[in-house]
Formats: sequence, C-alpha cells, structure tokens
Amino acid sequence: MSHRGTPLVEMRDISIAFGGIKAVDHVTIDLYPGEVVGLLGHNGAGKSTLIKCLSGAYQMDSGAIYINGEKAEIRNPRDARAYNIETIYQTLALADNLDAASNLFLGRELVTPFGFVDDAQMEAETRKIMGRLNPNFRKFKEPVKALSGGQRQSVAIARAVYFNAKILIMDEPTAALGPHETQMVAELIEELKAQGLGIFLIEHDIHNVMRLCDRASVMKNGQLVGTVNVKDVTDEDILGMIILGKKPEGVAC
Amino acid sequence: MNTPTPQDGGQKRTLLQSLELDTRLLGMIGAFVVICLVFNVITDGRFLTPRNIFNLSIQTVSVAIMATGMVFVIVTRHIDLSVGAVLAICSSVMGVMQVQLLPQLFGIGHPLVMPLTVLAGLLTGAAIGALNGWLVGYQRIPAFIVTLGGLLIWRNVGWYLTDGQTVGPLDQTFMLFGGVEGTVGSALSWGLAIVFSVLAVFGLWRARQAKIHHEFPVKPLWAEGALMATSVAAILGFVAILNSYAIPVGRLKREFESRGEVMPEGYVDYFGLPISVLMLVVIVVVMTLVARKTRLGRYIFAAGGNPDAAELSGINTRMLTVKIFTLMGVLCAISAMVAQARLANHTNDIGSLDELRVIAAAVIGGTALAGGIGTIYGAVLGAVIMQSLQSGMAMVGVDAPFQNIVVGGVLVLAVWIDIQYRKRTGEKV
Repeated sequence: MSHRGTPLVEMRDISIAFGGIKAVDHVTIDLYPGEVVGLLGHNGAGKSTLIKCLSGAYQMDSGAIYINGEKAEIRNPRDARAYNIETIYQTLALADNLDAASNLFLGRELVTPFGFVDDAQMEAETRKIMGRLNPNFRKFKEPVKALSGGQRQSVAIARAVYFNAKILIMDEPTAALGPHETQMVAELIEELKAQGLGIFLIEHDIHNVMRLCDRASVMKNGQLVGTVNVKDVTDEDILGMIILGKKPEGVAC
Repeated sequence: MNTPTPQDGGQKRTLLQSLELDTRLLGMIGAFVVICLVFNVITDGRFLTPRNIFNLSIQTVSVAIMATGMVFVIVTRHIDLSVGAVLAICSSVMGVMQVQLLPQLFGIGHPLVMPLTVLAGLLTGAAIGALNGWLVGYQRIPAFIVTLGGLLIWRNVGWYLTDGQTVGPLDQTFMLFGGVEGTVGSALSWGLAIVFSVLAVFGLWRARQAKIHHEFPVKPLWAEGALMATSVAAILGFVAILNSYAIPVGRLKREFESRGEVMPEGYVDYFGLPISVLMLVVIVVVMTLVARKTRLGRYIFAAGGNPDAAELSGINTRMLTVKIFTLMGVLCAISAMVAQARLANHTNDIGSLDELRVIAAAVIGGTALAGGIGTIYGAVLGAVIMQSLQSGMAMVGVDAPFQNIVVGGVLVLAVWIDIQYRKRTGEKV
C-alpha cells in the first residue's frame, strides 16, 4: 500500500522504561487515515505500553508523537482526547455502576443552561447512536454491569464514534466476546475505516489480524521487529515475526 | 397529556414497578416505622409525642449532616475516620472566636460575631478537609491512615486552643443553630411547608415533562399523583407535629418579661421547625442535586464504580479526592455549629465517636464500602434510625452498655440484609 501525504499519527523513536526494564525501546510506527494497523506481539512485548503513550495513560521517556505532521504533547488522557484520540480498552473501561448514557458521556457530559447534567438529553443522544451501531440495544436504564460483553463493547465504541474520534485505539476489542459479537465489532471496524478513521488494533488472534488490518507492526521484547503490509504476507510470516522476531524476506515495509 | 406506550411488551406491571420506587428505601422506611411503633408501645405513647419527635430531630441533625458527606467519601472507596475530631477542632476554633477573640474586638453580642465565627469554622473545616484530600489524592496515602492520624491530631489540637477548658457562654445569635433556642415558629413553619410541598410537586412534574419531551416511558399518571400526594403529606405531617409542640409556659413568660411586657392569660405558642433541621433539609437537597445533577456527582460515582475508567475518561481523580474531602470538612464545620449551639458550650469531648456514628449511618443507609453505590437520603435515614434506636432505648431505660450492643448489632444486621437484597436482585455485592 502506498501512502501519500502526512500520516495521521507518527510515533517516532519512542522509549519508555520501568525500573531499568526497557518496556519500549526506540520504536517508530505510523498510521494513515482510513487504515487499520495491527499491533502484535507476545504478552509483555510492549505493544500496550507503547499505545498507552499515545492515549495519555503513560508518559514516554524519549521520542516524539506527531499528529497530522505536527508535534503533539500528550501528558494525560485529557490531552489525548483533545487530539480526537479515543481508546477502547481491553479491560472495558466503563464505570459499572452507571448506565450507558452516563458512560458514553463520562468526562464530557451535556449540561443544561444552569450547569446541571442533562440526563434526558444524553439518553436521547445515546438512543440515537446506539440505534445506528447496535439496534438491538435496549438496556438504557440499567447500570452497564447488567450488560453482556458485546453490549458493553458497543457502548465503548459508541463513545468513540459519538465524539468524532479521528484516531481510534482498540486494545483487543473482541477478547471478551462471543463469535456473533466479534462479527459485530468487525463490521463496526470496517465502517469506521470507511469513514476515514485511523485505527490501531492490538490483537492476539492472527485471523482477526489477517481479516481486519491493512498493515501489521510486530513487537518483541520492547523492540519493533518490523511493519508489513498484511496483503503481502501469510499468517505464518506474521507468526514468525511474533515468535522468532524474524522479518520475512523480500517484503517491503 | 399523551400516554406513552409501554416499552418492553405488554407485561402487566406490579404496583411497586408502576411507582418506580426504590425498594431498598421502602425497606428502610419500613424498619424505621417498626422501630417507632415498638418504642411507642413500650413507652406507653411517649415515644411518638411532638416533644420527643422534636428532640429526636435536633439530636439527629449533626450526625446526619456529616453522613451526607461521608456518602461521597465512601462511594469513592475512601473512608474518613477524622470527622468527629474535625468537628471538635472546628468547634474549638468557633468557641474561641465568639467567646474570647471577637467580643474583645467588637464587644459581646455584636452582630458581626456570629458571621465571623461561622466563617472561621468553615475555613478551618475546609482547610483540614483539603489537607486530608491532598494527602490521599496526590500523596497516595490510604485515607484510612490519613484520617486515623487526623482522629488523633485534630481533637487534641483543639484541646491546646482551649487549654482543655469548656468554652462558653456562646453568642446569642450563634445559639440559634442549636434547635430549642432557634425555631422559626408555627406560622413560618407552615409557610415553609407549603413552599417545600410546591417545590416537591413541581420537581416531580418537571421530571415527567422532560421524559415526555424525549419520548421516554413514564409511569402512569395515578402513580405520579400518589407519589406527589405522599411527599406533600409527609412534609405537612412533619411540620404539623413540630407545630403542635407547645413552648413551655415558664419560658414564654420569661420571653415576655425580657421585652418588658406581661404575657396575656391563656397565651400559647409553638416551636415549629428548628433552624438546624432547616439547615439539614437544605444540605440534603443541595447534596442530592450535587450527586445526581452535577458533573462533580457523576464523577464521584464513576470514580467509585471504576477508578481506572474514570481516570481514562479524562477525569482528574486526584483533584476529585481533594474536593470530596474538602466538602466533608465543611460539613464537619456545619455540624460543629449545630452540635456546639445545641450543647450551649464548646467541650473537649464534643463529637466523640461521631466518626463511627456517621459511618454507620451512611452504611445503614445503603452506601457500599466497595464503592460506587450510595444515596444521600439513605444516609440521613440511617442517621435517623440510629438516633431513634438510641434515644428510644434510653427512654425505655436500657443500660448504656446494652444500647451500644444493640446499635452495633443493628449495623452488622443492616449490612447483611443489604448484601442478601443485592444477591437477590442480581447485583454484584
């Protein structure tokens, strides 16, 4: 795939260490609009740590992040949101005791002219967007702990979509889901891609990677093994990168 | 008015479902009614007299005010063991201000004494609360430790401020916060009762209109009407009881004499609503609004339900902790005003063991120590239930040690019932 113009995100030469252990060691990756880049590697390879620098959960020790070609300062999750970066976490970062609307708008509540949160308006907006993303969704009044994994994931995705995310980080979005719900999330990713979002997808399931990603960046022991176009490689090639840290021969990156 | 269609099929709804009432709240009210009736029978009707209900109300206020703040603290998975000690130091600061410092500046009974005293108390409470919040939120010291330290520190700092002496007599205006000395009289009480009733009905009606506007399902009109009628009846009933508590004749005579008049024969007057109870009502309304209708409240509950999710959603959870503890400190200061004025002095042991009563009130009221769950009205009801138990047993003549045994048992029992209730309704415990 040939990329023209400036990348949506460029993480250049990122390093971060925890107590002497280099979790991420001089890694450079990028992401273009309308593209899904898979981040792969063993547990502890550093992919989650790397991406948390982008989402503001961690601060990198060295390196730089460029958004649309401009240097970005991301110190906390609030900064990340200001750059239209939304994250959907593996651990389903929802407040279990609140309902879908409260979670969707958490941190960005709609308020009435008097400054009170406008629950009715937020629920109406939630009903609208869920009608688009997951028409079977009914449980608007219950706390989200009463929802299934897929329903919860659709709340998390709705949050990203509603606030016009340009850059979406998905950390194993289908790990807790059944086959039907996985399919639903896969369709959502396709749709978001078509809308021009750039998506970083952290994924362990090699089939999902082959199906959903345009490119794949593989990490091992905190270092980048390489980035490949998914079309040009087989799943064995990618497994070789993950397990042996070996780049397939004759593949342009 | 259009009738919205029921949402999930045409299944028949039970009475309780139509009313959309919190069954946990109903359970607590039920328990409270049972306690009152039992004591009333044992005491041959002395428990449910206007006089005793008046006393119960003013005795509950101090703990209930702090319990509303403790709900926020516990909902965010913290604890505050220092509220009794913070109450004590606020009380000692206010005692020194109004008895020693300010009268030297302005003279005894100057109109500025009360406001400046209150301001000093509130600032003291806010500063200590903010310090607690900073230690917990930014320095990551567990709240249990910070406030356990505070429990030992603040009461004894207060001891040094007053040299361990009882401080009094208090400023006359300040005494109005206490209860018996500060009631608004029956006419104004009725007026306030009507205002509160109108506000309650208006609030319910507005909520319904907002739902209809967004085409959400609403409860049937009769259920809404029943809810409005119950609220109004409760408000008017409570005021009617307090308005039927006559001021003792001797006291009225003294009041007339102090104005240089003679009391007419057969003159009666009634206490009406105590100012301290009105303060509690205002605090409950404000705190409930904060909990349900402000971003702060939303963040408190979000941070309690899932601290990581709250942080990742861009909420500054450290600052949130500072705000919550500061609010708790301010509420301790307000409680100190009420407690001190009720006792007519500052004493060293003011608010002793209040931290346990306040935590117990919040927990009996359904606040979960695991975080994320709790209501303001529940905590107040918890405080009322505890106070009723205690003063009921005192009236019956139960030995003091046994009173504590019963209150302790009720605390554990209430939490056990709550856990069973949540298991049944499928909530996570």
